[in-house]
Amino acid sequence: MIYHDLIAIKEKELAARKKIVLRCCMAAGCMSSDAKGVKEQLVKAVAEAGLQDQVEVRGVGCMKLCCEGPLVQADPQNSLYIKVTAGNAPSIVAALKGGKANAAQTDPDAAFFKQQFSIVLANSGVVDPERIESYITADGYQALHEVLHEMTPKDVVEAMVKSGLRGRGGAGFPTGLKWGTVAKSPGARKYVICNADEGDPGAFMDRSVLESDPHSVLEGMAIAAYAVGADQGFIYVRAEYPLAISHLQIAIKQAKQHGLLGAGIFESPFNFNIDIRIGAGAFVCGEETALMASVEGKRGTPRPRPPFPAESGLFGCPTLLNNVETFANVPAIYRKGAEWFAGIGTEKSKGTKVFALAGKIKNTGLIEVPMGTPLRVIVEEMGGGAPDGGTIKAVQTGGPSGGCIPSQHLDTPVDYESLGKLGSIMGSGGMIVMDDSTNMVEIARFFMEFCMDESCGKCIPCRAGTVQMHNLLDKIANRQATARDLAKLEELCDMVKNTSLCGLGQTAPNPTLSTLRFFRNEYEALLQPDPFGPRGSGAANQPELATK
Amino acid sequence: MAAKTLTIDGKQISAEEGATVLQAATEAGIKIPTLCHLEGVYDVGACRLCIVEITGTPKLLPACTTKVAEGMEIKTQGGRLQKYRRMILELLFAERNHVCAVCVSNGHCELQTLAYSQGMEHVRYDYTFPKWGVDTTHRLFGMDHNRCILCTRCVRVCWHIEGAGTKNVAGRGGRSKIITDLNQPWGDSDSCTECGKCVMACPTGALFHKGLTTGEMEHDRDKLEFIVTAREKKQWVAAD
Amino acid sequence: MTVTNEHKTQSRLKVIFEHASGDKRFKILEVHMKKHQFRQDALIEILHKAQELFGYLEDDLLLFVSCKLKLPPSRVYGVATFYHFFQLKPQGEHTCVVCLGTACYVKGADKILNGIQEKYKIKAGETTADNKLSLLTARCIGACGIAPAVVYDGTVTPRATPGSALEQINQWVAK
Repeated sequence: MIYHDLIAIKEKELAARKKIVLRCCMAAGCMSSDAKGVKEQLVKAVAEAGLQDQVEVRGVGCMKLCCEGPLVQADPQNSLYIKVTAGNAPSIVAALKGGKANAAQTDPDAAFFKQQFSIVLANSGVVDPERIESYITADGYQALHEVLHEMTPKDVVEAMVKSGLRGRGGAGFPTGLKWGTVAKSPGARKYVICNADEGDPGAFMDRSVLESDPHSVLEGMAIAAYAVGADQGFIYVRAEYPLAISHLQIAIKQAKQHGLLGAGIFESPFNFNIDIRIGAGAFVCGEETALMASVEGKRGTPRPRPPFPAESGLFGCPTLLNNVETFANVPAIYRKGAEWFAGIGTEKSKGTKVFALAGKIKNTGLIEVPMGTPLRVIVEEMGGGAPDGGTIKAVQTGGPSGGCIPSQHLDTPVDYESLGKLGSIMGSGGMIVMDDSTNMVEIARFFMEFCMDESCGKCIPCRAGTVQMHNLLDKIANRQATARDLAKLEELCDMVKNTSLCGLGQTAPNPTLSTLRFFRNEYEALLQPDPFGPRGSGAANQPELATK
Repeated sequence: MAAKTLTIDGKQISAEEGATVLQAATEAGIKIPTLCHLEGVYDVGACRLCIVEITGTPKLLPACTTKVAEGMEIKTQGGRLQKYRRMILELLFAERNHVCAVCVSNGHCELQTLAYSQGMEHVRYDYTFPKWGVDTTHRLFGMDHNRCILCTRCVRVCWHIEGAGTKNVAGRGGRSKIITDLNQPWGDSDSCTECGKCVMACPTGALFHKGLTTGEMEHDRDKLEFIVTAREKKQWVAAD
Repeated sequence: MTVTNEHKTQSRLKVIFEHASGDKRFKILEVHMKKHQFRQDALIEILHKAQELFGYLEDDLLLFVSCKLKLPPSRVYGVATFYHFFQLKPQGEHTCVVCLGTACYVKGADKILNGIQEKYKIKAGETTADNKLSLLTARCIGACGIAPAVVYDGTVTPRATPGSALEQINQWVAK
C-alpha cells in the first residue's frame, strides 16, 4: 500500500456512491431493539421499489440518541426517523420519493445534535465500521501516512505535546508527556496498549467508538507506536462488549490485508501488529498495572508504582497505555494539526470530551462537546432536563471513583480542574443524571458495594476497608446508625483514600465523600440518638456498646 | 554502586542505589512496622503498614517497594501514619476471627505483636465473624483460614523459594482465600513437597505444624532465612 | 513429591486424557492453545475458549489446561476465580443477566432483580433447582442509553420492567 492506493480506494468509493443513503444505526443500543431487522427490511423495500441504483442502505455506528433507537437517517433529505420498526421500512423508502413515512421523526437540528462538536465521534453514525474502505473515504489512514513519511518519531511526540491532549481515561495525564517518556525509555522491545476495559458503570463512550469507528483507534495506536518505537500493540477489551470485539477483529483483519498493519507499513521500515486481549469481568483491570497483569494472563491485581509502565510495564518492557478515546483523537490531531486541536477547549483542557448521558434525563445517549462547556448546557439544553416534570438534583461523573455534583453547581464548566475542585473527577465520561426522587445515601451505598465487590483483595485498606464502610453505610441507610458511626465512616474514608495501593481503593471513598459534602442533611436525617451522648473528647476511646 | 544520601526521621543516612527505603531504614536502626514483607522474598506492598511520608510526594508510599533517591526526606512516624497503621490493624482483626486466647500462635504472632506496638487497644469496627474452614488433611501441617490475613507470604515462598507453586490466592476482595492446587484438601495435593516453608513464613497462626503445643509454636524463621540466603545470595550462614 | 502422589496425578490426568480423546471439544481447545503457541500468558484467552466450548470450567478441564500450558494448577484456579466472567459451576438451560450499572440502577434495575429473586427463590449467581434458570448480574453492559437493560440468553432487551422480566422467564420455566 502506498499513498496512491489509499486515494484510489477513496475515489472508487466516491464514484460508486449512490444519490441517497439510508443510514441505519447498528450499535449495541439499537441492536437490542431489532436494528438488524429494520436494516434487512429496508434493503428489501429498496429492492421492491426498484431503487437499488439510487439508494444505499448502510449499517453505521452509533447515531448518539440511544433512547430513541433504532434510528434511521436519510441523506440528503436530512430526515431522522426514531423508534423505527421493521414494519416502517416500506414507508420510509416511499418517503424518499415524496411519500409519507409512518415512522416518528425527530429534528436533526435540535440542540442535542447541533451543540455537538465532533472529533472522536466524527465518523460515528457516518461510516460503515465493518468496511475499511468507508473509513478511508473519510480520509482515514492519511495521518498515519503523513506521520511515517514526513515526521520523525521526535516530531510526532512534539506535535502531541503541542496539541495539549490529556488522557481521556479519567486522570487527565498529558498524553505528549507520556509518549515522550516511553520514547526515551531504553529497551529493545516496547508495547502500546489500548485500555478498552471501560468498567465505570454508566459509561459507554468507548464501546461506541470501538463499535462505530474501530479504525480510528487502530490508526491512533499505530501513530503512537511509531512515536515511541513499539512494534506490538494490544487492545484490552471487556468481554461484555461482543459487538465491539467483533468489529475490532474485522478491522484488524482488513487493516492487515491492506498493509496498514503488519510489516513495512506504507512501504516504510515501520512494523506494527495489534492483538486483542479480552477481559473477563474485573473492574480493577482498568487500572494500568492490573490491566498489564491481566494481559500477561495473571490475576488482575495492581502493583505499586513506581516503576511506572513507561519504564517497566508489560513483560517488564516500556509500555505506553492510553484509553480508547485518547487514541481516537490521535488521527485528527495529525490530519488537522496540533494548533487546530489546541484551539479547542479551555486553557488547561484541550479538545473535546465525549460523555455518555444516562439516568433520569430525557435524551440519553452520546454527546461530544468542547472542554469547558457548562454542565447546564449538557444536561438541560442538550439532555432536555429531567423527564416527567422532575427536577435535576445532581449529576454523577466519574463513576465509582467520582462524585455527585449538585444542581446549584450546574454552571461549572466541564474540565479536569473544575470537576476536581467539586470533589468529583472527569473520569472516563459517564454522566448519570439524578432527579429529586434519588436518595443520595443509597447512591453512596450503591457505589461502595460496587467497590467492595470489585476490590481485588490485595491491600488491606481497600479489601477490609470497603467492607466496613459498606457496613456503616448500610447501617445509616437502615436507620441503625448514630453520629458516632458517621464519624467512623468519615475517618475510614480518609484512611482508605490515603493508604490504598491503587486508584480503585484511593478513590473508592469519593462518592461517599462528595454526597457527604453536598447532601450531609440526608445522612443526618437517618441517624439515631447516640446512647453515649454526643461524640466529644475521649468518646473515641470509650468501649463500643454491643449492637447485637 | 553509587551511594545515595537521604534523611529518615531527621537522621542523615546513606544507602546503596537500588536499595528500598525499608532496607535503608533498617540499616540505620530505624524500625518501620511491616507485615507482608518477608526478608529474601520479593515485596508486594500490600499490607500498607510500612507506609511513609516523603516530602514532595502527595501520596503515602510503602517503604518496602519504594527505592531510595538522592536527597529524599522521609518521615516514618507521626500522627497520621500512626493512626492509619492502627486502623489497618483494627480492620484485620475485624475481618476474620483473630482470638489470641485460643490461638496456637499466641505469643509468637506478628499480628499480635504489631497490635501491641502500635497501641491498638480495641477494635471499633463490627466483627464480621466469617466461617472459614480449617484444613487438617495434610499429615504434617494444618491451615486455619479464619486466622489468615492474606499477606501471601506462604504463596511467595512456595513460588519463589521452593518453586512448587502449590499455594495461590483464589477469588478476590474479601472473599479471597489461600488455596492448595485446584482448591483441594492440602493432604490431596500432588505438588506440595512438604518442605514446610509456608508454615515458617506465616506471620499468624493460620499455618501451623500439627501436634505441637502453643509453647512450641514458633515459626522457625531462622531456618527460612538460612534457606533464602543460601538460594538468593549463595551464602550458607548458620543461624546464631 | 512422594511416589503415591505422583501416581495420583498421573492417573487423574490419564483419565482426563482418555476422556478427552473421545471428546471433540478438547481437540478444538488444543488447536486454540496451539494457535497461541501454548503461551502461558494466553491463559485467559484459553479459559474463554474452554468456557465457550464446555459452558463452564470444571476441575478436570482446569487441570487439562494447566497441564497443557505447563502452569501449576493453583495458578489456573486462581485466575479462573478472580474474574467474574468464568463460571466454575454448570449453568441452567437459560440465563438471565440483570445489568446493575448506575444508569440501570437509578432506573430501577434493583426492583427487577428483587422481583426475580423473590419469585424464583434464588439469589443472583444461583440456578433454580429444576436447572431451568440461572440468574446473574452484570456491572454494566454499556447499554445505559436504553436502561434498564436485561440480557436473556445473550440477547439484550431495552427498557425492562419487573413485569416484562417475569413474563419472559415464565415462558422459559413453563416449557
